[in-house]
Amino acid sequence: MDTSSDSVKVGFVNSLSGTMAISEQTVHDSLQLAAEQINDSGGVLGKQLDVVSEDGASEPTVFAEKAGKLISDDCVAAVFGGWTSSSRKAMLPVVEGANSLLFYPVQYEGLEASDNIFYTGATTNQQIVPALDYLAEQGTESLFLVGSDYVFPRTANKIIKQYAKAHDIEIAGEQYAPLGHTDFSTISNKVKAAGADAVFNTLNGDSNVAFFKEYRNSGLTADDMPVMSVSIAEEEVDGIGLRNLEGQLTAWNYYQTVDTPENEKFVEAFRSEYGDDRVTSDPMEAAYTSLYLWKEMVEKAESFATDDVREAAGGVTFDAPEGTVTVNGDNQHIAKTSRVGAVGDDGLIHTVWDSGEPIEPDPFLESYDWAEGLSAG
Amino acid sequence: MDALFAQLFAGLSLGSVLLLAALGLALTFGQMGVINMAHGEFMMAGAYTAFVVQSVVGDAGLSLFVSLPAGFLVGGALGVLLEATLLRRMYHRPLDTLLVTWGVALILQQLARDIFGAPNVEVRAPGWLSGNVDLGLLQVSSARLFIIVLSVAAVVGLGVLLKTSPLGRRIRGTVQSRDLAETVGVSTRATDRMTFFIGSGLAGVAGVALTLLGSTGPTLGTNYIVDAFLVVVAGGIGQIKGCVIAAFGLGTLQAAFEYSTTASLAKVAVLVVVVVFLQARPQGIFSVKTRSLV
Repeated sequence: MDTSSDSVKVGFVNSLSGTMAISEQTVHDSLQLAAEQINDSGGVLGKQLDVVSEDGASEPTVFAEKAGKLISDDCVAAVFGGWTSSSRKAMLPVVEGANSLLFYPVQYEGLEASDNIFYTGATTNQQIVPALDYLAEQGTESLFLVGSDYVFPRTANKIIKQYAKAHDIEIAGEQYAPLGHTDFSTISNKVKAAGADAVFNTLNGDSNVAFFKEYRNSGLTADDMPVMSVSIAEEEVDGIGLRNLEGQLTAWNYYQTVDTPENEKFVEAFRSEYGDDRVTSDPMEAAYTSLYLWKEMVEKAESFATDDVREAAGGVTFDAPEGTVTVNGDNQHIAKTSRVGAVGDDGLIHTVWDSGEPIEPDPFLESYDWAEGLSAG
Repeated sequence: MDALFAQLFAGLSLGSVLLLAALGLALTFGQMGVINMAHGEFMMAGAYTAFVVQSVVGDAGLSLFVSLPAGFLVGGALGVLLEATLLRRMYHRPLDTLLVTWGVALILQQLARDIFGAPNVEVRAPGWLSGNVDLGLLQVSSARLFIIVLSVAAVVGLGVLLKTSPLGRRIRGTVQSRDLAETVGVSTRATDRMTFFIGSGLAGVAGVALTLLGSTGPTLGTNYIVDAFLVVVAGGIGQIKGCVIAAFGLGTLQAAFEYSTTASLAKVAVLVVVVVFLQARPQGIFSVKTRSLV
């Protein structure tokens, strides 16, 4: 990497085309915003950021190729981006091989800790476990699991079932739908027949629209059988239809409505840059935070070199829109506050419960007795 | 017992969705032999028509009834445009039409993305179509009931058109023997175009109806196109009644398999059933008897 000039290159790799573009474009926008803000306030170690953007095209192989190009051709100081777990797993050997850094901004299924990746989204004990704690606290005695048929929902449900066994929650059913599945009448019949206290939803993408329409049409409501979703954020509310979603629960670390001075500034800056009709969501906030965390790490290390940055990372904090976050030097995840929200009649998500303080990241769930044996399987 | 009725209804409903999606294809693929991969995108265009009409009209109930004919016209117009510019040049090259229409499908998806944005848009269902009605034995989703009625109406309408109208006679004549139809003075060019208009229009109607159940986004069509072809092939090319039986048969099978196994396995099982069935009866449930030598 070239640090002799008065600017330093950073690489963004997000899907700007393909099926994931709908989500990743928003992450790209908030990364751009963070870069502009950092440049306006004097850059990093006195150097302006020079952003190189690449399109991951919703293909893990393209992500790997573009990350490689950013690192070896553009000589960027760090790479930011990725969304799906498969895109992260494709980039992992690339950043490890070149001993570079990747900042990954999305909640994921845990069970990973690379020395060359910083995970600024939630791991399972900061999203799924608190969501289960909340449901248990509300007196939930039985759960129905609905998910898309791929790695994240299946891993998440494995954790949920183990949790349920240890906490005397009955699993009333478990159903997977292929990605892009559009007919949920049978699954909704099964949910209705099982009569669980709540539904845990790990569906992804368009399936959520069909699922929630069917759910409401079959007479199920948030009052008698609330649905806890981990993949629905502010942007999805419009497409699913507010009336189909009102009152339903979500689990994240950030909502647009979070009441901190930093968030007020973030939302205002984002809207003045991209328009008043835009909303901010958890992955966008985590991406925005990731660039600032990297800045803090570099300034603490007084160096852009990977090893120095990694050395300095532990304990670095940033007053993020979601509240203060702290980097855990051991697993390179960050301590985050967990929040359960309910979709309100304004189309935004409002916090109904939070963990009060940041939860230390535990990607392998080692500090939970009930989770024993999970990481092995 | 309740579950049995609920699943029977789910199968019937799924069948009616498949039927709506496949009915237009039964005309364009079945009668004309054109493999139109953009059929799904015509459905998508119908769904976006419903979105546009709703943002103009406002009232969800009124806009649904405006959207159905509007969706038909938009789908039909796109179909005629495709037929007039590209397909008429390649009637005897089915593999070329497959590739060309696949390309057109991609272009239409991107066009939708550019015009309406990548995220899904919401088309509100009218009050009387959200929720459910009590049929005594079971509660059924009113949107699904509406789609069953709509699909039956579409089949009856199409059947009457083909059986009794002069246009219907020209279409049937052209399918049975193109040369003979031309000899007796039927303009097969005009007939082809009209057939394509109606088939594509039906896709538009299907798109409007599907906004009641699923997402309205650029990739809506891709979710249905494979199932639609499956129905037409299983039903027997060139036959509306085969299409009806295949749609409800596959819908019921899918619902039954899905209830006893999972959604993914049910898809596999239905495919296996269709493949085995086509081994035994390659021409589908019904086949049209033509006098053409090729």
